[in-house]
Amino acid sequence: MGKRKLTIRRKESIYGYIFIMPFIVGFFAFTAGPLLFSLAGSFTDYNITSRMDFVGVENYQSLIVDDGLFRTSLWNTIYYVAFSVPLTTLGAIFISALLNQDVPGIRVFRTLYYLPAVLSGVGVYLLWMQLLEPGTGMVNLLLGWVGIDGPNWLYDPDWTKPSLILMKLWSVGGSMLLYLASMQGVSRSLYEAAEIDGASRWRQFVHITIPMITPVIFFDVVTSLIGGFQIFQEAYIMSGNGEGGPANSLLFYNLYMWNQAFESFDMGYAMAMSWILFVIVFVLTLINLKLAPRWVHYEGEEK
Amino acid sequence: MAKTTDQSDYLTDAEKAESQSAVNTKPRYWEHRGNRNNMWRVLNFVLLAAGSLLILSPLWWMFATSLKTMAEVMSYPPSFFPESWEWSNYIRAWRAAPFTTYTINTITITTLVVIGSVLANSFIAYGFAKIPFRGKGIWFAIVLSTMMIPGFVTLIPQYVLFANLGWVNTYYPLIVPHFFGSAFYIFLLRQFYMTIPTELIEAAKIEGASHFYIWWKIGLPLTKPALATVAIFSFNGAWNDFLGPLLYLNDENLYTLQLGLAVFKGQLSTQWNYLMAGSLLVLLPVILLFFFFQKYFIQGINLSSGGK
Repeated sequence: MGKRKLTIRRKESIYGYIFIMPFIVGFFAFTAGPLLFSLAGSFTDYNITSRMDFVGVENYQSLIVDDGLFRTSLWNTIYYVAFSVPLTTLGAIFISALLNQDVPGIRVFRTLYYLPAVLSGVGVYLLWMQLLEPGTGMVNLLLGWVGIDGPNWLYDPDWTKPSLILMKLWSVGGSMLLYLASMQGVSRSLYEAAEIDGASRWRQFVHITIPMITPVIFFDVVTSLIGGFQIFQEAYIMSGNGEGGPANSLLFYNLYMWNQAFESFDMGYAMAMSWILFVIVFVLTLINLKLAPRWVHYEGEEK
Repeated sequence: MAKTTDQSDYLTDAEKAESQSAVNTKPRYWEHRGNRNNMWRVLNFVLLAAGSLLILSPLWWMFATSLKTMAEVMSYPPSFFPESWEWSNYIRAWRAAPFTTYTINTITITTLVVIGSVLANSFIAYGFAKIPFRGKGIWFAIVLSTMMIPGFVTLIPQYVLFANLGWVNTYYPLIVPHFFGSAFYIFLLRQFYMTIPTELIEAAKIEGASHFYIWWKIGLPLTKPALATVAIFSFNGAWNDFLGPLLYLNDENLYTLQLGLAVFKGQLSTQWNYLMAGSLLVLLPVILLFFFFQKYFIQGINLSSGGK
């Protein structure tokens, strides 16, 4: 009897591994294997045609000590992340607060605000290149209506990154829906209790809504930090096919890495770059996880 | 009755006046409160309406620009409405580059990616959700942790791998990896599978059905809404992918729409009417998909937050 039970359990185990086998194979072939290869390769002068010759920490050393473009690309990326992550987070929370009310046509509004989030790819980048044209684009036309003399956007090194942040803000709809869903999950009774105590709408928002959605804010900040550091496609297209834009102001980390790997074929160097990025993202995620208990509120857990 | 009159007799005039005014102001207080609520709602509505005009204006601008003549595109100040509606811009744009070939290529890749994503991720998620086995927790943690790895770390070695397999300039690198599952979809489908009662699967097992049979005959049909979400997301991903084709495809006959658009931009430079016409045509399938299958987009977002 006991033996039979054991064989059933073992049979289930075999079945389990058969079912997750595609993931396991894919994990070793496309993730774990490549990770090891690139870690090893980052200590070599690999350039796809040559053998891999061990060069020690030379790649890392010249990146950090000598390479001015590396520093430019890191600075550009940090600038982009430092502005785009808080702005899109605040924007998404603000819009979802507006969309979480009972006003006429709310369903239509929700659809419209979400629409830009599903649009991506080269078509959208070309659209924004036209919108941001200083003389013939829409953005400066609208700014002119309110008396602002718009900048040269993608032609001015000081304004190229704000251009990309503006484009990013247009499509906050994805995280907005996350916030909206979580706001709708907040129990009505909390607001009713606050209402009886005479709390204003603003106080209700700050002291009930925001704490209740902190888990989603946390999720959004972590994922958009990871995503923000990997900005590539928009920079590639909008800087004129990977050239980095005026004064290299759009030379983001991944764009520089791409040029090293697939234009100069200096793959050892590029793989060292990729590991530095991996470490940066990993450390930031760890910091986020460490800080989370201080401000993220999980329901059913007091203090 | 008499008692109340008595009581009111005990009150001083001032107290009487106060209670009187309380009776009078109370409805006014609520009225005031209602007004404030209405004011908020009006403000809310106005903000939302103004915001949606801003949100929609780029798309209108794209449409308007696509219909303008070249002279009008270049004229200053630009206008929101084309003087003459040049529908022929669309035909010219389409003919200016081999867009028909690009479309067929993109549809081929996208279809295979969607099929691969739906089948593989559903299969893997069933294993994680419905079969008890040793080491499941560790493997699921590995699934989730792969979401934290920046794509560029594995991009170069993957390129080396596919180059050694002779897959450069073929569609294999763009399609094959999707048949091995991806963390986000596995997580999403597993969440959905968890809502299906285990008794259903136990009952089928007692009848002698194997897990393959149960996955195919019960799992797939019951998870249709979540599969629709996976299908739509992976359609969107494959349709809009630029990086993959840019890296792996050199032969212009193999180009996808995204790659084609980038080349088109290089050729046309500032002929924004044709560029916008081409871009709009490439975005159109995604816009249509969004309006028809909106609820699956939203469901995916809700599932991915894990109800937390």
